[in-house]
Amino acid sequence: MPEAATIQTPAVEGAPRLSPAAQQLQARLAATPPPHARATDAARTDALDRLSAQGLPGPRDEYWRYTDPAPFNTQAPDPIALDAASGDPTLFAGVDKLRLVFVDGRFDAAASDELSLAGVEIAPLSQADAQPDHWVGDAYGALEKQGQSPAARPFAALNTAIATDGAVIRVTGRAARPVQILYRRSDPAADVTIHHVLRLEAGADLTLLENGLVGARGNIVIEADLAPGAQLHHVAAHRAGVPRVSNIHLFGRVAEGASLKSFALSVDGRHLRTESVIELLGDDAVAHVACAMLGDGTSVHQDDTVFITHTGLRGESRQVFKKVLKNGATGVFQGKILVRPGAQKTDGYQISQALLLDENSQFLAKPELEIYADDVKCSHGSTTGALDETALFYLRSRGVPRERAVVLLVLSFLADALEEVEDEALRAEIADRLEEWLTARAKG
Amino acid sequence: MLQINNLHVALEDEDKQILKGVTLTVPAGQVHAIMGPNGSGKSTLSYVLSGRDGYEVTEGQATLEGHDLLEMEPEERAAAGLFLAFQYPVEIPGVGNMTFLRTAVNAQRKARGEDELSAGEFLKLVRERAKALDIDAEMLKRPVNVGFSGGEKKRNEILQMAMLEPRMCILDETDSGLDVDAMRLVAQGVNALRAPDRSFLVITHYQRLLDHIVPDVVHIMNDGRIVKSGGPELALEVEQNGYADILAEVADA
Repeated sequence: MPEAATIQTPAVEGAPRLSPAAQQLQARLAATPPPHARATDAARTDALDRLSAQGLPGPRDEYWRYTDPAPFNTQAPDPIALDAASGDPTLFAGVDKLRLVFVDGRFDAAASDELSLAGVEIAPLSQADAQPDHWVGDAYGALEKQGQSPAARPFAALNTAIATDGAVIRVTGRAARPVQILYRRSDPAADVTIHHVLRLEAGADLTLLENGLVGARGNIVIEADLAPGAQLHHVAAHRAGVPRVSNIHLFGRVAEGASLKSFALSVDGRHLRTESVIELLGDDAVAHVACAMLGDGTSVHQDDTVFITHTGLRGESRQVFKKVLKNGATGVFQGKILVRPGAQKTDGYQISQALLLDENSQFLAKPELEIYADDVKCSHGSTTGALDETALFYLRSRGVPRERAVVLLVLSFLADALEEVEDEALRAEIADRLEEWLTARAKG
Repeated sequence: MLQINNLHVALEDEDKQILKGVTLTVPAGQVHAIMGPNGSGKSTLSYVLSGRDGYEVTEGQATLEGHDLLEMEPEERAAAGLFLAFQYPVEIPGVGNMTFLRTAVNAQRKARGEDELSAGEFLKLVRERAKALDIDAEMLKRPVNVGFSGGEKKRNEILQMAMLEPRMCILDETDSGLDVDAMRLVAQGVNALRAPDRSFLVITHYQRLLDHIVPDVVHIMNDGRIVKSGGPELALEVEQNGYADILAEVADA
């Protein structure tokens, strides 16, 4: 691990070469103790070099037009009182799973289940990294590096360079139980950088659950490499109701006949950006990404940025994003489908919809298709609308009070995104939690 | 049961008077029909009574068993016993028909200070009432009205009516879009609900529904007013001669 390198932003006319953002980052790097990395040392050095070369997003960066990168790079996050989100979330509590607990971004063996599950090898990154020849050395940062082009993702490179811990999971068969990554905190100001590496061998099957509150600020990277015929279901629900700041990246590579499905439930928070960067490399590969989001209040800014690349034949991709916004919340969606030359018979689908519950909220959407094959089916749609007054009247005319009718219609709006969760029991549990949250919120 | 007195209604968004003095009394246990040409104000009357936004009552009153309807929110009117079967029932994806029915039934019971039905009680009741309307378990499981045929939607409206047991039922062109068999099924459902303490206001273009749901009184509406009232024979007269004759006769009088 080299000393903190000089990080430069793209030159901006009239601005000093070393911008405040770059100085800020340098200060952060200087204050970050270098992890005792052995297996991933080369990858970390490489990431830092790349970060230095590409710099941080500037004010005119097209990719950061709707979301200010600054909160991801301040010296320290605003603390979130521990009692603001005390106890574990009830979501997934009833699921029979293998639980990995991370406290302030560090693996807590005592709080976690025994890391033994047939067909699955699990180790915390901090331990895997101590073995110079661990396979994670080759995997760590590989998909992240690939995902830097054509659009740079500097905070993911930063994550690779400095991540303190994470889950390293190799799946060789069908996992009998889901693996849960549960985040806890002991420090109100925890500024967490965590990096998970998943490798699913041919025909492997895993459900990965991710929830809790990672920290006052979280920089999370998940790299998921799927061999032919592998299946990954990822369901994430980061802690609701606290002003968390987080930048999350999911990098996926999907081989022939494999399938990666990721669903996120996002409720409130302050400054959130989730990037999903997935390549359908093999033929007949499948990738679905979906999000159901609720944002209440002017301080809520939630950005979903998706980049799906079709390389193999007959790939199928779906993006389903639904955002419910009120009291001045902002939702952002940037979704891209890139169809490479030769990726014939691609079936790409993208829908982003916002339900604005008042006139103060806003939804910013940028759907993009870039297609270099001539026999493909790609569609995208984006809508922004208010509650359907006719449906509201219909429900009320049956005696359903207005508040409750609004809750039902919001759930109705989110239904398509929830449908993306394949496991019926999980989907029902998420719907129940959503309903509880909406009902409580409607009264407040 | 229902008393409407000199009701004047305008559209909120434009300066347009739709109802120009409707006066109508439906006593308990009776079925009244309202017929009239397009644009006469029939549907507006049903919406104003049930509390839809977008209309402004400029004059007159409407009461249900003495309670001022126009002062109440739509859900309060429902709890007070009013029910509107929609001409175009609304599709609500993602909300199960059963969930919707149970929410509605229990919300009304709660508003009236009654105990909510348990899951078991509700299930038993809904199965029994659905069966009479030829509504199967699959239809109950599906999202509200999503993927339903025209006939299924109307039957679903009658099921809601059967579950909510309202005192005053308004049927807004329930026969539209129905084939003969579906209409018979719907009419059977309505007839099964006829009771001494329940009244109906049946809005329709055509006489044929009234062959199945025989009214006590038929009203002809035109240009925002009730222009003629009579027995079931009035509906037959419309069927044979159209509205023009009746309207001309009224104009002459």
